[in-house]
Amino acid sequence: MQSQATYNYKVVRQFAIMTVVWGIVGMLVGVIVAAQLVWPELNFAEWFHFGRLRPLHTNAVIFAFGGCALFATSYYVVQRTNHVPLFAPKLASFTFWGWQLIIVLAAITLPLGITTSKEYAELEWPIDILIAVVWVSYAIVFFGTIAKRKTSHIYVANWFYGAFILAVALLHIVNSAAIPVSLTKSYSAYAGVQDAMIQWWYGHNAVGFFLTAGFLGMMYYFVPKQADRPVYSYRLSVVHFWALIFTYMWAGPHHLHYTALPDWTQSVGMIFSLILLAPSWGGMINGIMTLSGAWHKLRTDPILKFLITSLSFYGMSTFEGPMMSVKTVNALSHYTDWTVGHVHSGALGWVAMVSIGAIYYLLPRMYGKTEMYSTKLITTHFWIATIGVVLYIASMWIAGVMQGLMWRATNPDGTLTYSFVESVKASYPFWSIRLLGGVLFLGGMFLMFYNMVKTIAGQKAYSAPVVAPQAAHA
Amino acid sequence: MADFVSGFWNAYVMVLVALSLAFCVFILVSNMGKGKGAQKGEKVELHGHVWDETLAEYNNPLPQWWKYLYWITVFFAIFYVAAYPGFGNVKGFLGWSSKGQYEGEMAKADATYAPIFKKYAEMDLAAVAADPEAQAMGRRLFLTYCAQCHGADARGAKGFPNLADNDWLYGGEPDVIKTTILGGRQGMMPPMGAALGSDGTEDVANYVRSLSGLANDSLRAGRGKELFEQNCAACHGADGKGMHAVGAPNLTDETWLYGSSKATIIETITKGRSNRMPAFEAFLGNDKTHLLAAYVYGLSNKAGAK
Repeated sequence: MQSQATYNYKVVRQFAIMTVVWGIVGMLVGVIVAAQLVWPELNFAEWFHFGRLRPLHTNAVIFAFGGCALFATSYYVVQRTNHVPLFAPKLASFTFWGWQLIIVLAAITLPLGITTSKEYAELEWPIDILIAVVWVSYAIVFFGTIAKRKTSHIYVANWFYGAFILAVALLHIVNSAAIPVSLTKSYSAYAGVQDAMIQWWYGHNAVGFFLTAGFLGMMYYFVPKQADRPVYSYRLSVVHFWALIFTYMWAGPHHLHYTALPDWTQSVGMIFSLILLAPSWGGMINGIMTLSGAWHKLRTDPILKFLITSLSFYGMSTFEGPMMSVKTVNALSHYTDWTVGHVHSGALGWVAMVSIGAIYYLLPRMYGKTEMYSTKLITTHFWIATIGVVLYIASMWIAGVMQGLMWRATNPDGTLTYSFVESVKASYPFWSIRLLGGVLFLGGMFLMFYNMVKTIAGQKAYSAPVVAPQAAHA
Repeated sequence: MADFVSGFWNAYVMVLVALSLAFCVFILVSNMGKGKGAQKGEKVELHGHVWDETLAEYNNPLPQWWKYLYWITVFFAIFYVAAYPGFGNVKGFLGWSSKGQYEGEMAKADATYAPIFKKYAEMDLAAVAADPEAQAMGRRLFLTYCAQCHGADARGAKGFPNLADNDWLYGGEPDVIKTTILGGRQGMMPPMGAALGSDGTEDVANYVRSLSGLANDSLRAGRGKELFEQNCAACHGADGKGMHAVGAPNLTDETWLYGSSKATIIETITKGRSNRMPAFEAFLGNDKTHLLAAYVYGLSNKAGAK
């Protein structure tokens, strides 16, 4: 039986389209800063300087591109897997406009040099308050929808989305606590090593919850849907969910190895980062094994290619992460481009690819269709993006290890073999390759934009009728 | 010990770390036996719920190898907190600390490298400057500690003196160079804008340009001469040739620390300049500084020349 009521697709549609738009903007800024490293002359104005554009890039790709993808998919998934329309649709609409306003404010203030200087939390206090308000509204819409659900059990994707929403609220509010001195300037409520620790508790959990838990929620809906197969193991999803969200909270100190942070804190951060390996891989296994028995679909379905490749990159970067958190490895990798490569194998390989796959699934459905305008273009996008990621991370690995080795090399008299600037000089070829990788990835996004426009053009916006849940068969 | 302000926090951390490790074990153990994989000839069971028409989950058990991976990391974690600091104030059975490691490595480095530098520290600076091996070492030190400001070629930049020419703010004798590196320098030209007025400032600027033969308004330069003698000569000398004792630059040559354009000179006179060379004695010690001073001296006093 199908009721007359429809799901709220409007807000999903808005966020889905803006995901592609902000993806292009954020990655374009990324390409610009990559080019600035190759050609320093491109730092031609204060507001166009690397130091100001780099936080714009990170904010735009994480919170604008990634954020819109999470909003779009979580609003879609929470309705469909709970078999009810969104709770508080006006509030949902407010989260869309509020989030866009935050993004625009970020794009204005960061180039102007208005910043708290806390990494991934650079926005000043008035914007922080706006973020908190939008985020609490998001939580109300999301959990309100779950409360109205027509199913007895809550589908696993919702656990991950829920954990992501709660944890990000906690992280944002605690880390952004500050004492304002003017509309555009504030000082952190914390000082010294405590400030650093809270910042990286926030910073690593931004990775853990914003960029991992949220996107695992996405994975748990779109992989089984697109593969048309049941999820591999309910048991595994339980264990890896609890282990993942619990352990991530401890991992922050690995960003502060060999600093003023007490030894015990560094050790604890390191051991829990290592324990994170298995829970992270649990998600990868559950996603990839879902395809078992349907591997042939990978050959013809580029959306599935995106989703499964994203899980491979997820598995790779969650192996790399615990390894880099080991203090002796960190002694080599820290402050080098290896870290940048690691971040991008997660951000491009995992986060962006799973989002792109999910958005390709969503977009036609927002207009009552099941296919994008061109499947061929999706395939092309997939290959361009994959080559881009591989060039990016391989060049950064080489550059990073090389920098780490150059910085620590000493002569028989104890002097450094290389001055810092020599390591910069040696990095140029790899920065050029990285730029090429970034350009390819951005190029793929333009294909996606074209494909989106062609899919939408002339189509009427659509909202699917609410489906009644199937009776559980024990 | 000083990591905690009170015994409470020590206990708090201990309890939290222990409980957290216990939770990691618990979540695995409590799910280990559950779920049922495909038996021979059977299909895997679904867990029993269906969402959004097609979404369901198999009841597969945890993969065996994955459980081993999990156990290995947990056991390693327990071993690690036993061996290293991590469990509150407990030092760990290896007795390791980052401070201890740092001090150990520094002591070892000092024991290994100090004699190499000691050998040159006992030699006269000019002799060190003539020694190719010492110059190579000095160059490496220079590239590590000095090149950020003075440039890899030691030719400086605006505000950072050129060390490769033979013009010196504080004097180019070997001992003076060493003193500069050891103790640093605080270069300070007071702002004269208020005392001279804008017209007077421009007059002095024209006079200063005339000293090194740069284009100037001779009428203004003439007026500026008197103002210069009253206001500037105490440091720069009546002849404008500067004074090493206070680091006042020679204004009659072609070397300009901040630039020789009229606008820049007016800015310098009006606002003054404050410049700082950091002291390296505490950081590098006497012996390395000795080599470094010899290297810098050698840049403008090539062995055999002069």
